[in-house]
Amino acid sequence: MSAVSPSVVEHTGRGPLGRDEMAQVLARDIPRGAYVNLGIGQPTTVGDHLSPESGVIFHTENGMLGMGPAATGDAIDPDLINAGKFPVTELPGAAYFHHADSFAMMRGGHLDLCVLGAYQVSASGDLANWHTGEPDAIPAVGGAMDLAVGAKQVFVLMSLFTRKGEPKLVSACTYPLTALRCVNRIYTDVAVFEITGGDQVLVRETWGISFDELRTRLDVPLAAATP
Amino acid sequence: MTLLCTSVDDAVSGIADGSTVLVGGFGTTGMPFELIYALIRQGARDLTVVSNNAGNGDTGLAALLAAGRVRKIMCSFPRQTDSWVFDELYRGGKIELEVVPQGNLAERMRAAGAGIGGFYTRTGAGTLLAEGKETREIDGRTYVLESPIAADVALISAHTADTLGNLVYRKTARNFNPVMATAATTTVVQVRHVVEPGELDPEAVVTPGIYVDRIVRVPS
Repeated sequence: MSAVSPSVVEHTGRGPLGRDEMAQVLARDIPRGAYVNLGIGQPTTVGDHLSPESGVIFHTENGMLGMGPAATGDAIDPDLINAGKFPVTELPGAAYFHHADSFAMMRGGHLDLCVLGAYQVSASGDLANWHTGEPDAIPAVGGAMDLAVGAKQVFVLMSLFTRKGEPKLVSACTYPLTALRCVNRIYTDVAVFEITGGDQVLVRETWGISFDELRTRLDVPLAAATP
Repeated sequence: MTLLCTSVDDAVSGIADGSTVLVGGFGTTGMPFELIYALIRQGARDLTVVSNNAGNGDTGLAALLAAGRVRKIMCSFPRQTDSWVFDELYRGGKIELEVVPQGNLAERMRAAGAGIGGFYTRTGAGTLLAEGKETREIDGRTYVLESPIAADVALISAHTADTLGNLVYRKTARNFNPVMATAATTTVVQVRHVVEPGELDPEAVVTPGIYVDRIVRVPS
């Protein structure tokens, strides 16, 4: 039996993924039964693409395991919110705990996965997602630094380029760092990347752009991933 | 000895100017609104406030900030869509901000309440928030030394107390409240219900009464 050779699945007959499709692609890769924390903003939408049959259990940093979908109508309870402070629901088997316990389970390496947004990710997996560093910016870190060092795996969900067209996967972050060498995968609108800790970032799949074109647009050494 | 107060104003009496005050809640969930309004009436100023956020809208902690009573705030996430009171004070140079990662905020209070003089954590290593702090390599990874946050007063909320100060919470309104209860010289709790000793299931008590100094009932 011959070894599977590295290759990139290219979807060039279409445009980039929409925001919902990005969340769907990431959700597909979450292992069955994993304990998962979804960051505020777009990462929260990943939960919309996981069925109860996935067995995935959601952690919310404000003190709950077994968080259910967003609450609507009569199900809205001001005492039951997620990290983004939106009303949510409780699934059978849920557990509540206080903040020190919530972050102890995070830092203690008990969460399988967290999904975070980012301003920038470096080729070595450094993450910048809390502060633009601009003089009039008000910094706000929340639980991002604890999650980034604590979860067993960190997946980033972000667009690959800024509105100005600047890449957000970079050789070295210019924004203030959240944590060093913590990101394992990056799910973007045009490609999925794996950070291996080696010299090259691996590309698994692309949408609306070829692997060769991606290489010309990023200042980061890329190689095809092994499927 | 836990004191059952007859009013929120009694519950916050004696808080001195310059105090460090822990304020429970995550956003507005679990925030002791009526105790904060009583503190505004009580008049203490030059306060250092420790809370997860820096106020939402014009209510609760935002109202305390707007009243000009807070010199410094230590929090993890000041900037929100409805944090305009804080934003204006901060941009006007009228309030000092210490941003603390959320887990460090909780653990630093836990340390204070548990008599622990500090702890090493990987959180923040190699970032702006670890600048100037002692670091140590443990098992090949960099850890940062963080110090306890002890306070003069904690203003917290819970669902039900018994008259001995044992507390139970409801859903995610628990959040920072139990850890704050341990970290202050005087812990004041507002609760929706007060019951007699024996009426709470001892197995379900989250905050034992030893941490609670003053209780006041504020029906929801």
